[in-house]
Amino acid sequence: MRTRRTFAVALCAIALTATAACGKDGTPGASNTSAGGSAAPALPTYTVKTDVKVDSAVLAEAKKRGQLLIGAKSDQPFLGWEDLASGDRSGFDIEIAKMVAADLGFTPQQIKWQTLVSSQREPAISKGQIDFYVGTYSINDERKKSVSFAGPYYVAGQDLLVKADNTTITGPDSLNGKNVCTATGSTSIKNIEKYSPKITQFDTYSACVEKLMSGEVDAVTTDDAILKGYASKYAPKLKVVGQPFTKENYGVGLNKDDKALRDAISDAIKAHQDNGDWKKAYDATLGLSGAVAPQPPALDRY
Amino acid sequence: MGFLFEDGNFALFRDGFLQTIELSALSALLALLLGTLLAAFRVSPVPVLRAFGTGWVTIFRNTPLTVLFFAVTFGLPPLGVHFSHLVFAVLALGSYTAAFVCEVLRSGINTVPIGQAEAARSLGLTFGQTLTQVVLPQAARTVLAPMSSVFIALPRNSAIAGAFSVSELYSAQQTFSERGYSIFAIFFWVACAYLVISATVALLFRFLESRLAVAR
Amino acid sequence: MSKPFTRSTTAGVLFDAPGPKARARNRIFGVLSLLGIAGLLWYVFDALNDNGQFDAALWDVFQYTAIQQRIVDGLVSTLEAFGLAAVFSLVLGALLAAGQLSEHKPVRWVCVSVVQFFRAMPLLILIVALYYAFFAKEPMWALVLGLSLYNGSVQAEIIRSGVNAVPRGQGEAAYALGMRKTQVMTGILVPQAVRSMLPTMIGQLVVTLKDTSLGFIITYHELLFVGKAIATQPLNSAGFPYIPVVLVIGPIYIAMCLLLTALARWIEARGRRGANRRTSAAA
Repeated sequence: MRTRRTFAVALCAIALTATAACGKDGTPGASNTSAGGSAAPALPTYTVKTDVKVDSAVLAEAKKRGQLLIGAKSDQPFLGWEDLASGDRSGFDIEIAKMVAADLGFTPQQIKWQTLVSSQREPAISKGQIDFYVGTYSINDERKKSVSFAGPYYVAGQDLLVKADNTTITGPDSLNGKNVCTATGSTSIKNIEKYSPKITQFDTYSACVEKLMSGEVDAVTTDDAILKGYASKYAPKLKVVGQPFTKENYGVGLNKDDKALRDAISDAIKAHQDNGDWKKAYDATLGLSGAVAPQPPALDRY
Repeated sequence: MGFLFEDGNFALFRDGFLQTIELSALSALLALLLGTLLAAFRVSPVPVLRAFGTGWVTIFRNTPLTVLFFAVTFGLPPLGVHFSHLVFAVLALGSYTAAFVCEVLRSGINTVPIGQAEAARSLGLTFGQTLTQVVLPQAARTVLAPMSSVFIALPRNSAIAGAFSVSELYSAQQTFSERGYSIFAIFFWVACAYLVISATVALLFRFLESRLAVAR
Repeated sequence: MSKPFTRSTTAGVLFDAPGPKARARNRIFGVLSLLGIAGLLWYVFDALNDNGQFDAALWDVFQYTAIQQRIVDGLVSTLEAFGLAAVFSLVLGALLAAGQLSEHKPVRWVCVSVVQFFRAMPLLILIVALYYAFFAKEPMWALVLGLSLYNGSVQAEIIRSGVNAVPRGQGEAAYALGMRKTQVMTGILVPQAVRSMLPTMIGQLVVTLKDTSLGFIITYHELLFVGKAIATQPLNSAGFPYIPVVLVIGPIYIAMCLLLTALARWIEARGRRGANRRTSAAA
């Protein structure tokens, strides 16, 4: 009987310490990810359209729900980033998603974000876990078998991220036998394979960047836009080689059979490219990593 | 189902299968050696070693293998330990399984009749000799059944390594589903591969059991 | 047969109560191994420290209430998936065990193959396949179903071996009283089997709890998913706090599992006391 009581007391004590440990004060929201301070260009605001008539099953469902489910990445600075302390999402992909949502009749508050890594995109889109996906999603024919793409809204090129003091890696041709990291389920693997490096794969690029910083791999390869984001976030430590060797068209990924939604998203991208929102969004996000805004790409409707 | 024999898919599948076997075999070896050592620690006359054994088992048995993989792949490089990802996976899987091997062995040691150890000691054998020459060989027989479930679980657990840059069967499954094949067909083949592996391990233990069986 | 000089049964079997010489030797071994372990720990600490893993900047994340809230939410999701999987796996385990012990050959055959199949299948493969095939909208159900199928099969094996271990006279006596098979099972054999197998069953529940961490691969927002997000989305440019996250998340899992194990011991002790009371009342 006594042992039992001791045990109960011990349990209570553990429970108490456990709850007390959570009570530490903190100040969320003090985000320091959007570097650049007061001089940073302001983000554009988008007018939410009210009478949207698109004959789309996915959109009808979203209307009924009152929420738009958008898939995005959360660990790519200046592209698709989530500040964990405040819960805010920022980056160029996020801005594209917001402008498209506005033209479909959804305010930013009505967007429910879902973080998905590269290899989860196709099942999530085709099974309807999300309404559409905006996150460094290269358009290619293999993917068009299971999803469809609106856009492209940005053109990137595959490049290499190395440590700042690395002088031996100057481009893809110098990769022979080197250890190169990239993400599972990305197009980057296929493009790099022909330069015969040793390939390391993780589900996110941030895991690769960690491996680069700890010296496990010699280079990280993927699209330059993603790499520039990391290079500027970890400023003096890393650099982008700057020899893009592919062309990646970023599109908004959505259900394969929903042509109406695809056209509506393409229209939205076109409209915001024309009224200057696209450039403003670029300057306030990717532009912060030092690259000048390119011409927005021409849409590829099908 | 036929997709496996197109487009070099079979080579990927075969390589994944072999990698799973290699990973499991290496981890099994590490787990067996480390587990035996830990079991010896746990029954040794030195209190510090006993405490070390107990601590190891408590930590490694109660941590999810996925967390352990994170700890090894992202925790060792900052310590200056640089290996290939296969070796990292072997370390994670081996030291995890070692905790289970240790517990199985320890309970096996407890089932060896006390008289055996007493007789060995009265013959003047030391702790090490008593353990390795008298007790463990007898314990091995009784622990075969629980040991077989530990080692059948090992190749199954090795699938987690696929998420940490080891190209084994799970990562082959991922690649196939990215190539757009039906998940049912992929699952069918991967399931077959794992059934073959676990059936082989089970048969191996059945064989060992019949070899080690003695009339009592 | 009593051995007055030994300390514990496990240790005592293998070595004599140490005399003065052996005690001195053991002490030397003890000090040496203590030094070895302390040295290793110090090396690990020192290397991590040199590497900047204990810099305040890397640990800063855990100060924000929003992030603490995320960890708590992750914990709740983990427990939610665990609770559902625990209930389903026990129910499924009982059903499959009954099927395996059935007198109808087809039923027995089906249940045995189901159990053997899911016991051999890696949980990760199963969960990912379920997620891709059926539950992309609801990753939690892929996780719960995968966990239930696998652990249910293991529980079935445990219950079955427990039933087989009940002394044969119990079942025979019940049949002799004219009870039907179902009555014998539910009234006589299963209660005794469950009682003797309870520690093993709860041990399997610990495995279930640990395996909920696989949910991070299929976007289920459980504890490890949150941990991974914290590690890959650092608030500052000091680097990725993988090691701090492992040092925070790991102990949470260990504590949960130890609590569950303690619960198992407590239930076991309770059960034993109940049994004693009954025997003494009967006597």
